[in-house]
Amino acid sequence: MHSQPNSVGIITPQTAHFDTPIVLKSGATLDSYDLVYETYGVLNTDKSNAILVCHALSGHHHVAGFHSEQEKRPGWWDNMIGPGKPVDTERFFVVGLNNLGGCHGSTGPSSIDPKTGQPYGKDFPFVTVEDWVEAQTRLADRLGIETFAAIMGGSLGGMQVLSWSILHPQRVRHALVIAAAPWLTAQNIAFNDVARQAILTDPDFHGGNFYQHGVIPRRGLRLARMLGHITYLSDDVMGEKFGRILKNEVFQFGYGVEFEVESYLRYQGDKFADSFDANTYLLMTKALDYFDPTHHHRSSLSAALKPASADFLVVSFTSDWRFAPSRSREIVKALLDNNLNVSYAEITAAHGHDAFLMPDPHYHRLVRTYMSNAAEELGL
Amino acid sequence: MIARADFAAIARWVPPNAKVLDLGCGDGSLLKYLKETRNAHGYGIEIADANIIACAGKGVNVIQMDLEAGLSEFEPQSFDFVILSQTLQAMRNIELVVKEILRVGKHGIVTIPNFGYWRHRLQIIGGRMPVSRDLPYQWYDTPNIHLCTFVDFEAFCRDHGVHILERHVMCDGKDVSLLPNLLGNLAVYRFESRG
Repeated sequence: MHSQPNSVGIITPQTAHFDTPIVLKSGATLDSYDLVYETYGVLNTDKSNAILVCHALSGHHHVAGFHSEQEKRPGWWDNMIGPGKPVDTERFFVVGLNNLGGCHGSTGPSSIDPKTGQPYGKDFPFVTVEDWVEAQTRLADRLGIETFAAIMGGSLGGMQVLSWSILHPQRVRHALVIAAAPWLTAQNIAFNDVARQAILTDPDFHGGNFYQHGVIPRRGLRLARMLGHITYLSDDVMGEKFGRILKNEVFQFGYGVEFEVESYLRYQGDKFADSFDANTYLLMTKALDYFDPTHHHRSSLSAALKPASADFLVVSFTSDWRFAPSRSREIVKALLDNNLNVSYAEITAAHGHDAFLMPDPHYHRLVRTYMSNAAEELGL
Repeated sequence: MIARADFAAIARWVPPNAKVLDLGCGDGSLLKYLKETRNAHGYGIEIADANIIACAGKGVNVIQMDLEAGLSEFEPQSFDFVILSQTLQAMRNIELVVKEILRVGKHGIVTIPNFGYWRHRLQIIGGRMPVSRDLPYQWYDTPNIHLCTFVDFEAFCRDHGVHILERHVMCDGKDVSLLPNLLGNLAVYRFESRG
């Protein structure tokens, strides 16, 4: 099943260890760290066919393929990446990594701090989008990739793409910014803070050092994920999927699971609480909140994007209210102001913010066409 | 293909390296043509999904948005040319789009089919709405809701502060100089804001 012709197949993650200290935007320093990553396809001899995939809030390095024959679900963007897929691994060499602060193998709050022999916990420094980009450049250096044919990402991943295009314009040929925004609105920060408060006020959080207590702040993580999940879907798609369907035929007059939507959200919350680190969740949401290439509006987005030289594909989804199409159009306007090559598509989709992960035929055809044209232009 | 004649006429007016915006750019053919023949730096605006893909396949910049809502993403006088090729007659708010062309572009180029072409006139005299190669639709399924003759368009320009600099009239791709409003079926206008 895992050797189907359009899958990258069984993939083994790799770890790159770095001993050169990284100074973070917060002023803190990490003396050494690991980045876990996966690659698909073959890097060509002049190293011109590399694509970097940046992950979103709860993502990681496992972008495509399977880790074993037993693994039930493939990587999180498997519908996009593989042989003959929109991002064709027959032509491109694709790199996915887990960002610094993550909980899937790269150094993060749940990793052991070599100084104390204990998990970092609350002592793990804050990380920003710019810090991630810096770490990603080091991984690129390690892999011998000077210029990426493309860097792509959705949501928070799209913010990393934007940041790359500003900080390292010479290293990005094509920038695919999907379901993103140039910075978060107050409403978005508010959602993130409610999610954080759920975790921070869970008695099992122990100020971030719950590892030593042998517990995890499950209730907090679960609530955070349930809230997040609501905002990633559209009203329409929830209505279509669940409506007012009851688990049992009659009202129970209790607080157990009655409506299908409750069952679904609780399931999603439980699944997430079992697999994701609470401190990582806090860090990732803060990275989202802090991201603002205009430095808190002291300059315009057009001025912020002045250094950029990549060609851009900006994509939004009609029903996405968390990163609405109007936010993508702010990015498009700033790119137009800088005379950069940019194409923008607003995909008609029902799935809200999550649509960027869905195999919508038009969306996939667009990425396929854009990437195929890019490959030809690069002589791949 | 009549569009090619229209492209060549437009390209003659566009100097090398010009920055152009093509409103309702379709599959991006004109922009690709201007890129290849004039090294133009171009962007298209389109609403149809299939055309967005077609443009991406040609390596043409395209922005998916509804022209009828105006061009708020674009700064005043930020383009050398704003082109509207055989799209005007299908637009709801012609006054708005012409105003936006003049705001965003230093020059406007508009291509329009001629409702006053003699074959169309004959069909009207015969009691039927014209159907021709340029206007291939039936009255009930046509996207062309604002058809006009060349004389009508020029009167519109006079009344709306549009200064026509050049006009090129064609019939089936060949130049027409005699009785243009009768013998021409396509005209390309280059204009700027008056004053």
